[in-house]
Amino acid sequence: MNSLKRLAPQLITLAVIILLNYLVFPDFFNIKIANGKFYGSLIDVLNRGAPVALLAIGMTLVIATKGIDLSVGAMMAICGAVAASTVDSGGSVYLALSLALLAGVICGAWNGVLVAFLNIQPIISTLILMVAGRGIAQLITKGAILTFTDPGLIFIGSGSVFSIPTPILIWIFAGISVTFIVRKTALGMLIEAIGINQRASSFSGINARVLLIMVYVVSGLCAAMAGTIAAADIRGADANNSGLWLELDAILAVVIGGTSLLGGRFTLIGSLIGAMIIQSINTGILLSGFPPEFNLIIKAAIIVIVLIIQSPALKAHYQTYRDTKKPPEPAPAPSSRTTS
Amino acid sequence: MQFKKLLIGSAILASTSLMATSAFALTVGFSQIGSESGWRAAETAVTLKEAKERGITLKFADAQQKQENQIKALRSFIAQGVDAILVAPVVATGWDSVLKEVQEAKIPLILLDRTIDAPDSLYLTAVTADFIHEGNIAGDWLVNAVGNKECKVVELQGTTGSAPAIERKKGFEQSIAKGANIKIIRSQTADFTRTKGKEVMESFLKAENGGKDICALYAHNDDMAVGAIQSIKEAGLKPGTDILVISIDAVPDIFTALEAGEANATVELTPNMAGPAFDALEAFLKDGTLPPKWIQSPSRLYTQADDAKAIYNQKKGLGY
Repeated sequence: MNSLKRLAPQLITLAVIILLNYLVFPDFFNIKIANGKFYGSLIDVLNRGAPVALLAIGMTLVIATKGIDLSVGAMMAICGAVAASTVDSGGSVYLALSLALLAGVICGAWNGVLVAFLNIQPIISTLILMVAGRGIAQLITKGAILTFTDPGLIFIGSGSVFSIPTPILIWIFAGISVTFIVRKTALGMLIEAIGINQRASSFSGINARVLLIMVYVVSGLCAAMAGTIAAADIRGADANNSGLWLELDAILAVVIGGTSLLGGRFTLIGSLIGAMIIQSINTGILLSGFPPEFNLIIKAAIIVIVLIIQSPALKAHYQTYRDTKKPPEPAPAPSSRTTS
Repeated sequence: MQFKKLLIGSAILASTSLMATSAFALTVGFSQIGSESGWRAAETAVTLKEAKERGITLKFADAQQKQENQIKALRSFIAQGVDAILVAPVVATGWDSVLKEVQEAKIPLILLDRTIDAPDSLYLTAVTADFIHEGNIAGDWLVNAVGNKECKVVELQGTTGSAPAIERKKGFEQSIAKGANIKIIRSQTADFTRTKGKEVMESFLKAENGGKDICALYAHNDDMAVGAIQSIKEAGLKPGTDILVISIDAVPDIFTALEAGEANATVELTPNMAGPAFDALEAFLKDGTLPPKWIQSPSRLYTQADDAKAIYNQKKGLGY
């Protein structure tokens, strides 16, 4: 109940944007079954939002440690290229998935080591892979879009289980399991401790270095899943464009979700809602039929409004406004204050 | 400075003497942008092949998307005393001073596939495709294909504001304006990528009665069309029959779709810009024939009637 109240701004925003989508496109909630899976605009939002949602999971943990991971888009390109080239050279889909995830782990560990052991600022450490990553991906695909026809790998992008598209299941499953792991153990609290004060948490016995590497590895794993989905979706690994600029969407999803870039307290569910807010805006713009020159302006305007509504300054104003408007209660009992 | 002048001087000497003695063993410097797309890789491959067939020694410099690298490459070509220079300019501005140096060294320079903002006296000629013409061809094909029937078209635009997107749109609109039966009902950018092509087409299909109202798709490049073909299939429709698919570029993967009957037509943006450039250059060096300032590369239409499989195999070898 308490967490629901904390997520209220995000949930209301999502509801309003979906309502706007319904207004510009009345068939928005129409869902039918086509080719054995659910089909409709609402499903598109959940399905197309999968890469950003997955990236946002890893990004939330990284940001909670006061870090940032700019390399997720490039890691998507690398891992998608690894998966595609594995099936292209005759490997099984299981091998392809394992190698893609392994590539994600290696990339994440590289970022983590730079941050944890060399104490390079996260924005710079991950910038290295952001810039170099697409080059690595191009080396793997030899500069072309590497297409494949392996039905197992394609299933990851456009298959379905119980009529639900696979990407949706993957991000929801990843979201639930990571939330479970960090919230049902002390891990979440330890990550928040590092974000608030790394030295203090080290002194109190937390192995900050290992935890830091771990969150970047998780981010790499999430990027690997997102990259595999993106490649499987178009049946080809596009080293130039896969995940391009998605790191920014992922960071935005985390921020809209209510996690501060200054580290500390984080909310994974908030970030996932943030990802869906972004995708609802994208899908709504496409359905609305506005000329493409307006796409970015509309998106920016909506996001500015969302951020203004969520801003601490406005919240403070609202609080004072509410306090002054309230009629002075006759002799409030001191004990009743604490319950509010 | 003195040394540099000496170097340039000797370069001019060397180049003039080379020109005089061996008109057939030409040395040409080629400054390429990089290898950001499959098309560019193919352009490089075709240029190398054309040079080899003509017995031209090609000095190749990859600029890795940076103009300063191209300027450096041009200066080193001057120093090496090449007979001619081909440049695929990465940006349109900032070329004046280095092109003046090239001109002072009396080396003919030809622009490939892009033009620049500089006086055209600074280069011999520019070989580029006409994007408006490409759009015309695509539009004319559709006009012929649908005849007098009503036809609602959805359009996948290239990156908003880019020259190919603006001009391919304009050319297509010019052609379909001839009759009142063809109309563009939705037009949205998909950034020239497959992922966006698929996503945007998905929304088009939903917005237009599950795709039943759409008669044709016009995509500003093949990659977007390839992505869109997948979403048409996932919506339970037949691309190529239920929705006609017309695109531009002629990359190998669209020929797989043409062969499978899932695409209908593509207009080639030829990677062979060097062929016409070498023709103009050889004529100029032989008897001083000045080519026109703009040479338009041919834009060929491919349809399902062509031997898609053979073209796919032939193109695949070019590094697309």
